[in-house]
Amino acid sequence: MADLRSNLAGIASPNPFWLASAPPTNSGYQVMRAFEAGWGGVVWKTLGTPIVNVTSRFAGMNYKQNKMVAMNNIELITDRPLDENLSEIAKCKRAFPDRAIVASLMEVCERDAWRELVKRVQEVDIDGFELNFGCPHGMSERGMGAAVGQHPDLIARVTEWVVEASRVPVVVKLTPNVTDIRFPARAAARGGAHAVSMINTINSIMGVDVETWNPIPHVDGKSSHGGYCGPAVKPIALNMVNDCARDPEVGIPISGIGGVETWQDVVEFLLLGASNVQVCTAVMHHGFRIVEELADGLNRYLDARGIESVAEIVGGAANRITTWNNLNLNYKIVARIDQSACIHCNKCYIACEDAAHQCIDRVRQPGGSTNLVVDEGHCVGCNLCSMVCPVDECIEMVRVDTGRPAQSWKERAAAMGEVG
Amino acid sequence: MAAPVPSLGEPFHRPLTHLEVKLEANRCLYCYDAPCMNACPTHIDVASFIAKIAAGNLAGSARVIMDANPMGASCARVCPTDQLCEGACVYKKEDTPIRIGDLQRYAVDAAMRDGTRLFEAGAPTGHTVAIVGGGPAGLSAARDLRRMGHAVTIFEAREMLGGLNTYGIVPFRLPIETALWEAEQVVELGAQVRTNVRVGRDLAMDALLAEYDAAVLACGMGGVPQIGIPGEELAGVWDALEFIERVKLGRGVGALGSRIAVIGAGNTAIDALTCSRRIARQAGAGGGEARVTMYYRRGERQMSAYGFEYEFAKQEGIEFRFFCAPKRIVGEGGRVKAIEFVRTRLETSEGGEAAVPVSGTEFVEPIDTVVRAIGQSRLVETFDRLGIAHDGGVVRVDENLQTTRPGVYAAGDCIFAKGTREAMVVEAAEQGKRAARSIDTYLRRGA
Ligand SMILES: Cc1cc2nc3c(=O)[nH]c(=O)nc-3n(C[C@H](O)[C@H](O)[C@H](O)COP(=O)(O)O)c2cc1C
Repeated sequence: MADLRSNLAGIASPNPFWLASAPPTNSGYQVMRAFEAGWGGVVWKTLGTPIVNVTSRFAGMNYKQNKMVAMNNIELITDRPLDENLSEIAKCKRAFPDRAIVASLMEVCERDAWRELVKRVQEVDIDGFELNFGCPHGMSERGMGAAVGQHPDLIARVTEWVVEASRVPVVVKLTPNVTDIRFPARAAARGGAHAVSMINTINSIMGVDVETWNPIPHVDGKSSHGGYCGPAVKPIALNMVNDCARDPEVGIPISGIGGVETWQDVVEFLLLGASNVQVCTAVMHHGFRIVEELADGLNRYLDARGIESVAEIVGGAANRITTWNNLNLNYKIVARIDQSACIHCNKCYIACEDAAHQCIDRVRQPGGSTNLVVDEGHCVGCNLCSMVCPVDECIEMVRVDTGRPAQSWKERAAAMGEVG
Repeated sequence: MAAPVPSLGEPFHRPLTHLEVKLEANRCLYCYDAPCMNACPTHIDVASFIAKIAAGNLAGSARVIMDANPMGASCARVCPTDQLCEGACVYKKEDTPIRIGDLQRYAVDAAMRDGTRLFEAGAPTGHTVAIVGGGPAGLSAARDLRRMGHAVTIFEAREMLGGLNTYGIVPFRLPIETALWEAEQVVELGAQVRTNVRVGRDLAMDALLAEYDAAVLACGMGGVPQIGIPGEELAGVWDALEFIERVKLGRGVGALGSRIAVIGAGNTAIDALTCSRRIARQAGAGGGEARVTMYYRRGERQMSAYGFEYEFAKQEGIEFRFFCAPKRIVGEGGRVKAIEFVRTRLETSEGGEAAVPVSGTEFVEPIDTVVRAIGQSRLVETFDRLGIAHDGGVVRVDENLQTTRPGVYAAGDCIFAKGTREAMVVEAAEQGKRAARSIDTYLRRGA
C-alpha cells in the first residue's frame, strides 16, 4: 500500500481527496458522512454574510445517454447562520481529528469585514482558509467572488488582510473566467497566500428549453449565467493548474479542482502539478462512496509502478507541457487499423474523408467485404480516426521513422535564419 | 370497414419502453454506409432514422423509414430482422445488435398515433396506372407512383386493402390497424381504390389496358392447396389462411375441440398453431388444455418458419412432431375424428432432400381440428386468362419487373420463385417500389 498522505502548504490529510466547497460540504451531517466514507479533507461550503438562494438552481448537460457530463449552478454561498456552521465544524473536527477541514470564506472587499470573519471562524479548530475569489454568479454582482478574482490587485490586497489575521495556512481559490490564470495566481502569491486552488466554475448558460424558450435552469422564466463544472471542464482545469505549476512567479502549491471523478483524473492533476484534488460534481452525481474507488485505484496504480507515496508523482509530467514552438517537427505517427478488431462501421473512413486528409481507403476484398486501409504516405497522424473508432485499440497510432533528427520550429527558424 | 378485432392476448413482441428506446438509439454508432442499411431489401437509412429518434425527431424518423419502405410499419413487426438489418449490425459480433426493428416500430407507431402526414402526391403527369392487388407490393407501387404524380387505381379482390398483412398474419403479430394504416397512407395520396373486383374474372386484362397506360400485377398467390389425401372435405378441416382471416376479423372459427393438428412448418403454420392455441385456451378457460401440435413431414432443420417464430411457438406451448406425413383424415358424422400418419425419412435425391414415407410405420392420432398450412397455390389460371407468361404460376419478369406484356409489370408474391425461403413483406415492398420506378421510366419515355 502506497502512502497516500498529502500535504498542501502545511495542511495535512490522510489522502489527497478533498471535497470542494459546495453543496456536499453544506452541513456537519454531510461532512461526517463524507469522513466516514473516507474523504481526506473538506473545504466547507463558503461562509460569509448569509444570503437567500433562488429555486431552481442547477442544470445538467447530457451527452446522448450520459447524464451530467457537466453541470452548472446559480447557487450562492452558505444560506445557514455562521454560528451553526462553526459549531458543526468543531464537532466534525473533534470526531475526525486526522482529517483536514478548511473554511471557505467570502466577504465584501473591506479589511475590517475580512478580519472580523477570519477572527470568528478561527475560534474553532480549522486547518486552513480558502478564499473564494471564484464564484462567477450572483456574489460577483455584489463585488465579491469572481469580481475579486478578476482583479489581481484586489486579490493581493485581500489575501494580505487575511494572511495577516490568520493562524492557519491560506489558500486562494481562483476563477477560470480570466484570460491568463497566472496573473491572479501570482497576485495571490504576492499577497502571501500559502497555496492556490483552481478552478472554480466557468461562466455559462446551460441552454434554452426549445419548447418554452425558458433558459435552463430558470427562475420564473428568467436566469442569469451560472457556473459550469464537472467532467467536461477537466481539460480547462488541467491547463490552468499546469500553467501555474510551471510559473516560477506563482511558486506555491496547487490544489486541483475541476471534473475529478476517477483515480486516473487524480493522477493527471497530480502529474501536471497539483498537490491534491478537490471534488464537487462527481459527488453530487454519485455520492460520497466514490472515494473508496479513488483510493483503491490510486493505490494500485502507485503499487504497480513501485511508487511509494503520492507526493512522488506531484508535478511528474508538469514539464512535458511546453510551448508549440518546442515540439519536434520530425516526429511522425500514422494510423494502423487492426483488421481483426475492425467492426466495419466506417466511422474512421468518413471522418478522414470529410474532415481530415482523405487517407483511409475502402478496399474491396475477394469475399466482397471491404477493409479500411490507411494510406500511410498521406496520413498526417492527426488521431481523428482513432478518436472516432468505437473499438478500443483497433486503430493504433504508430511511430514511423522519418530518418531526420528531432527539430523544433524554434530550431528550424533559427537554422533558416542562419542560412537566410 | 372496421371489424371487431380480437387481440387474442399479449402481443408476440412488446414495444420498447421510452427508456429502452433512448438507451438503444444512443447506443447506435451511426455507421457510415451502414451494413444494416445495405442488408435491408428496401435500404432504409437505419443510421439516419435512429439518429433522428435520439434527437427526438420522431416524425422525421418515420419519414425516413416509410420513404424507403411503404410497409415500414408492418415490417417493423414481421421482418426476420436477425437475418436482415440486425444480422448485419456491426455489434452483431458482440451479440448485441441494435434493436433496429423495435426502434423502427417506435418511430412509425408515433407517426401512426400522431396522424403525421408523411408524403405528398407529385404534380399530375396525366398518366394512369392500374394496380392489380392491394397487398404490400401493390400498395408500395401505388404509393410511389402517386408520389411521382401518376394517377393510380388499385383493384382489390377483397373488401379491404393490405393483402396478407390485413388478412393473413395473426393479430398479436401484426394488428389489422397497422396494415390498414399503411393502406390509408396510400389512399391519402389520392390512389383510387376499387375493392371486391377480381381482375381476370370481373375485369379482363385487355379492358384494363385499354383504360390505363400501364399496370402492376401484384395479386400474390392463392389459398392453401389441398394436401391430396382422403377426408379433406370433412368439417373441421381448415385452410390456414381462411382460419387466420376469420380469427383476425373476429368472425369466429367455432369449437376447435381439444386436439388441434396443423400440417406444415412455415410462418403461416406457426400463426395457425399459436392462434388456435390461444383460442382454445380462451374457450376452454378452466377446462382441460387443448393440445396443439405441428406435424411436419421433414425435420426441424428443414422448417421454413423463422427461428424466432419457432421459439415463440415453443413458448406458447405448441408440440412438434417431425418426420410424419398425413395419409388420410378419418371422419365420423361428417366431422374430423382422427388422422392417420406415416413416418417419413429424408432421402437425398437430385432435386434435394425429399421426405419419403416408411411403410409399416402408420399411426393414428385422435384429432378434432386440422389446419392445412402447406404453402399457397399459384394463380396459374388467372395468369393464363390474363395472357401473362408464367412458370408454374410464377409470373415471368425481366430485370425491370416487366412481364411479357409490355406495360404490365409484376411485383410481390406472384413473382416469388419457390424455394425453401419464406416470401417476405419487405421484398414485396421493394419490388413494388422498383415496379413503380420502371413504370415511371416507361411512361416518361412516351408509351
Ligand atoms: C452547486 C454548486 C455550488 C458551489 N458552491 C461553491 C461555493 O460556495 N464556494 C466555492 O468556492 N465553490 C463552489 N462551487 C464550485 C466547486 O467548489 C468547484 O470549484 C467546481 O464545482 C469544480 O469542481 P467539479 O468539477 O468537481 O464540480 C460550487 C459548485 C456547485 C456545483
